[in-house]
Amino acid sequence: MPITSAIIIFALTLILVLGGLWVGQNVDLLPLSASENAPVYDELFKVLFSIGTILFVGMVGLVIYSLIKFRTKPGQSGDGIPLEGNLSLEILWTAVPAVVVLFVGLYSYDIYDRMGGMQSLSHEGHHSQELINEKRIWGGISSGSVESSSQESITSLPIEVTAMQFAFLFHYPEGDIISGELHVPVGKPISLTMESKDVIHAFWVPEFRLKQDVIPGQPTILNFTPTKPGRYPIICAELCGPYHGGMRSTVVVEELEGYKAWFKSNAKTELIES
Amino acid sequence: MTIATPSESLQPSGWAKYFSFSLDHKVIGLQYLVCGFIFYLIGGILAGAIRIELTSPISDFLTRNVYNQVLTLHGTIMIFLWIVPVVNGAFGNYLIPFYVGARDMAFPRLNAVAFWLIPPAGLMLITSYFITGAAESGWTAYPPLSITTPAAGQLIWIVSVLLLGGSSIFGGINFIATILKLRRPGLKLMQLPMYCWAMLGTSILVVLSTPVLAGTLILLSFDIVAHTGFFNPALGGNVVVYQHLFWFYSHPAVYIMVLPAFGLVSEILPVHSRKPLFGYTTMVYSIMAIVVLGLLVWAHHMFTSGTPPWMRLFFTIATSFIAVPTGIKFFNWVATLWGGRISINSAILFSCGFIVNFVLGGITGVALAQVPFDIHVHDTYFVVAHFHYIVYGGSVFVIFSSIYHWYPKFTGRMLNEDLGRFHFLITFIGFNLCFAPQHWLGLNGMPRRVAEYDPQFEFVNQLSSVGALLMALSTLPFLWNIFQSFFIGRIAGDNPWHALTPEWLTTSPPPVENWKGPAPLVTAPYGYGAVTNTEAIKSTEIKNDLEENN
Repeated sequence: MPITSAIIIFALTLILVLGGLWVGQNVDLLPLSASENAPVYDELFKVLFSIGTILFVGMVGLVIYSLIKFRTKPGQSGDGIPLEGNLSLEILWTAVPAVVVLFVGLYSYDIYDRMGGMQSLSHEGHHSQELINEKRIWGGISSGSVESSSQESITSLPIEVTAMQFAFLFHYPEGDIISGELHVPVGKPISLTMESKDVIHAFWVPEFRLKQDVIPGQPTILNFTPTKPGRYPIICAELCGPYHGGMRSTVVVEELEGYKAWFKSNAKTELIES
Repeated sequence: MTIATPSESLQPSGWAKYFSFSLDHKVIGLQYLVCGFIFYLIGGILAGAIRIELTSPISDFLTRNVYNQVLTLHGTIMIFLWIVPVVNGAFGNYLIPFYVGARDMAFPRLNAVAFWLIPPAGLMLITSYFITGAAESGWTAYPPLSITTPAAGQLIWIVSVLLLGGSSIFGGINFIATILKLRRPGLKLMQLPMYCWAMLGTSILVVLSTPVLAGTLILLSFDIVAHTGFFNPALGGNVVVYQHLFWFYSHPAVYIMVLPAFGLVSEILPVHSRKPLFGYTTMVYSIMAIVVLGLLVWAHHMFTSGTPPWMRLFFTIATSFIAVPTGIKFFNWVATLWGGRISINSAILFSCGFIVNFVLGGITGVALAQVPFDIHVHDTYFVVAHFHYIVYGGSVFVIFSSIYHWYPKFTGRMLNEDLGRFHFLITFIGFNLCFAPQHWLGLNGMPRRVAEYDPQFEFVNQLSSVGALLMALSTLPFLWNIFQSFFIGRIAGDNPWHALTPEWLTTSPPPVENWKGPAPLVTAPYGYGAVTNTEAIKSTEIKNDLEENN
């Protein structure tokens, strides 16, 4: 390969990679981030967006360049070069995607771990104290009984969610409150125990970057910590019938005082202050 | 070859044969193609209804139940009656016997049965809308919703999907037998055109996974009719088990829709860039790797369904690794273009459009495989955008490319290139305008399968609907082209592309039993650039001319 074309290829690759990284870092396609795991999610999004931009622009560039450069010009006839393969090139483009995919996999494992996905949920019945104290931001399904979620209340606020066609109901065991809106204090870990009365629904708050199906006959758990006061939509994300698109609620994230005021005015039983 | 030679005198000829129980693989292939295209137009009208509904944030165009029926029918028709039958049944039946040097498929009668299951199943599905109301639980038919929605429509949906699955299994068995057992003596497996490998891999997936869907749907129908409790939580059933069984078929179904498309592109690119297919051997191994991995990734559709952490991680890793063999194929295609003598015609434009669209769909696919990423965008318009980039931007673009490539063989006449390029331009712009903005919708909070949404999404939805309108309009120049070229198109001759694969080494359209003389032995289907092969084409063409004159 002549030295000039090697330099050009190197320069183009460098521009592509740097451009991709720049685009990934500066892209703004996501809604407000309002929970503790949302910034972690956004970090993953930026990395994936960078890698995706580099791959996409690179591949599209190659296709368009080939179509222009190697198109049949008037007066040309005959075939192209009879090149049937090139082992080192093929090894290269097996290895590069494999390394990229491995990196993405390990990185997203790390993100998943930081979001709390790898920690066992509160169904074992006996936690070591440090596990309870550790902040679990997000969880999934409980594979065992959910009775032990009362232990959860030591650190996090337990709320029971019931989904039905076409509404969410929130039950606060501490004050025996039943509400159509989810009220939570900012900065406090929340633990939702969710179950459906009829068909499958899903609890999704885009600003929290969290979603968990709400399933009949099988409780699921979702843990998160809201970080920004505000009103965010709760959206059902699983087709649940004719009014699926209208099955929505609101999560109201308030400062602790505001939340306490709401709690007091709604509580049926005296709040046991911890 | 005596088993596969239906007697010519018993078969109707002329137009009537396309409406008959013909045993000729070429007739069956075209039956699949035309029938599939009619269902594509119906599915497209349903898509249009969805896009009209979504031009405004409120549910105002269709009633809510009808909207859910429309989205269920749209998904089911496009998958089971358009893409799967066309990329497998239409091109598979037409091309595979040529590629292996046979005069017909291994089981011609089974082949005809497989096709004739499709029109009644499709008609049943569509008429259910007018008689009882169609199924309204989405093409996934998740219980308990599918158990609690009106039973008649759901049952008709189950029966028609069972029939279509049966058709698909019959086809798969036939392809495996034909490719492995009807090869012309002297033709080695590693000399077969790549589409044969793609169809072998696809048929293995069809035969292994479709019966699981069939079994699952039969259990679901028991739950609906006999009130059993397999998937009904009220009776102790488990709804997540249904999802595992359903996706055990329905993820491989994605490969059943795209692997044959990969094969078709591998036939089209070398011909129009006058170069050998780059990396034949790695292409074959990539297909087989995709087949194996494709069976091990289903639960990535269920990351929010209540899957334990270990399962989420396993399926993340398995899914991510499919990107490696898929990536190899894309790099090999670009390398096939590189250094070629490319004719910029409609066939290559649609194939290159496929590469561009599918790369984007593949990148969002790797992103969606990551559990933490998927948790936010699962069941949103981001996923809608992703899979339309795969099945429309991928498979449907390849179907169009293939029609431009093989129409001269099917009919003996060339399509109009100017209309073809215009068709490509409008389709490509319309498609990207329709689906690219949907990524943003999903990221920002619009779930899928809704008839109403936040007013802040109105403009982007309208943009998407304009794209859908362009896609609909792009069908018109295509249909006109197909129609007028049939009568006034330039005469194609046997081999207008000077291609080396065996279907071009006979007349256009080919005779019953494919070749007048003995089947040619093509050991280098991609031998472009070598002088001997070009000579070989010329001598075959001269020989065919002589035979015709005699």
